[in-house]
Amino acid sequence: MLLTLLLNISMGQVAIPMKEVFKSLLGSQAEKETWEYIIMNFRLPKAIAAILVGMGLSVSGLLMQTFFRNPMAGPYVLGLSSGSSLGVAFVLLGAGFLPSFFSEFLLSSYGIILASCLGSLFVLLMILVVSQRLRDTMSILIVGLMFSSFTGAIVSVFSYFSSAEQLQKYTFWSMGSIGNLSWESIMILSVSVAFGLLLSLLTLKPLDALLLGENYAKSMGLNIKKARLLLILATSILAGSITAFAGPIAFVGLAVPHLSKLIFQTSSHRILFTGTLLIGAIIMLVCDTVSQMPGFEFTLPINAITSIIGAPVVVWLIVSKKSMS
Amino acid sequence: MSTNTNIISTQELSIGYHSKRITNTIASNLNLELTSGQLYSLVGANGVGKSTLLRTITGIQKPLQGSVFLHERNIHDIPTTAIAQELSLVLTEKLPSNNLTVYELIALGRQPYTNWLGQLSETDREKIKQAIALTQLEHLTNKKYYEISDGQLQIVLIARALAQDTPIIILDEPTTHLDLVHKVSVFKLLKKLSSETNKCILFSTHDIDLAIQLSDQMIVMTENQVHQDQPCNLITQGVFSSLFKDESIAFDGEKGKFIIS
Repeated sequence: MLLTLLLNISMGQVAIPMKEVFKSLLGSQAEKETWEYIIMNFRLPKAIAAILVGMGLSVSGLLMQTFFRNPMAGPYVLGLSSGSSLGVAFVLLGAGFLPSFFSEFLLSSYGIILASCLGSLFVLLMILVVSQRLRDTMSILIVGLMFSSFTGAIVSVFSYFSSAEQLQKYTFWSMGSIGNLSWESIMILSVSVAFGLLLSLLTLKPLDALLLGENYAKSMGLNIKKARLLLILATSILAGSITAFAGPIAFVGLAVPHLSKLIFQTSSHRILFTGTLLIGAIIMLVCDTVSQMPGFEFTLPINAITSIIGAPVVVWLIVSKKSMS
Repeated sequence: MSTNTNIISTQELSIGYHSKRITNTIASNLNLELTSGQLYSLVGANGVGKSTLLRTITGIQKPLQGSVFLHERNIHDIPTTAIAQELSLVLTEKLPSNNLTVYELIALGRQPYTNWLGQLSETDREKIKQAIALTQLEHLTNKKYYEISDGQLQIVLIARALAQDTPIIILDEPTTHLDLVHKVSVFKLLKKLSSETNKCILFSTHDIDLAIQLSDQMIVMTENQVHQDQPCNLITQGVFSSLFKDESIAFDGEKGKFIIS
């Protein structure tokens, strides 16, 4: 992980030698002042954001996969990210319709986080209601898909009525980006991700019990309602706050838990949690490094990279699903 | 027999469902008593309410009337974490797909005792080892649970209940889908556990002839009545003949078998 972190910081439109990265991170003077400036104000926040995003999304995916007894669950697939998008679209595109003092609060980063968390919470609750009626894995996925298109439709209605400037702001947000985050946003993001991760820590034991199904879990003294509430809070805080800052990022939440299950060959959530944190951070750093390959003048949207890596994983999962049952 | 203590008892218990304001009573006025060190089997035709009775006794479902007492306390007044240390279950439902190994699955039985992270202590490991030794599963512990046969999985689930270390184990149709050899081995295991570990074990089953041979007491559910007694007494009372409505099935008391005429 350290290696990928250093690699990530050193690569970009301006290549900075690893040795210099190391130096300036440890506080000593780098060879060129511009390098140090780039590292401290651009590369380092971005790398930290990548780590936070990778960890948070992957863990929320892990929680949801056990919770919904569904190997295909994840914040993006189940439409949580689109729920967040809806929340953000409300704020970015719809703020003009509201009184100015209100819209000022909403447009601040806190307002966007709040809207985004509420959006994902809303979708998660809807899916929870549906999933209790439908036991079937596939139908839950289809419902998630429907939520995505539904929120997508509402967003297009909004965008029809909004100004070009607002629209541009929203479009850039929705492409997903972990760059251009100020240190202040990084602070807010790390606090909310840390809070979400702490809540998730409390759900590890209930999740282990849920591996045997709800009835067994109850017979082992688990308070299902409390566990469910914790899980819902943790996942919507994680998915919501991350989506607020970084935009809807695809597939990380789905693919990483599976990678860690594959690597660690266990179902114990204590081990998987740690593994998912590590792999999530590494994958996100790698994706970010790829998205701004040295030698190119431009930076690709991070979402494209994660999808290129993540979509094949999903296909592979469906094909090899036999081995899961 | 004097060391056996009364663990579960029911008083004027009525079981059934509330649905759309219609109360559907399945059985009423049940006065059952279960004591430690005894193997109980619960038999009855499909749909007569065996599962409902088990669900009510374990506190999952509320009784329509009357109460279930666990150690002379009403089961609905006891917190779930405390019940989990008194009563463990083996259910018929299919496990959700996951990567659990046999050992991890058995270790989950220790959940009521572990800390908030679910870490196993030295005592936990010892109890798990005992459960594995009692069920003779040593050779399977590293296998994934989906790699073993249905019969083996049933025994693993019993081992999980043993690891939970409760005075009572309740099993819902543990022998369904098993061939005769595995049925007998599950029954023998239950018999051994109830006499060696002084546990109170209650299971429902459709293998009535096997149950008659092995259980200390039987609870027979028919549409109108519920009987609890020793198997030989139930035979002399002719209870089994009333078990099925079908005229073509008769019970032969001398052979202890059902005969198709």
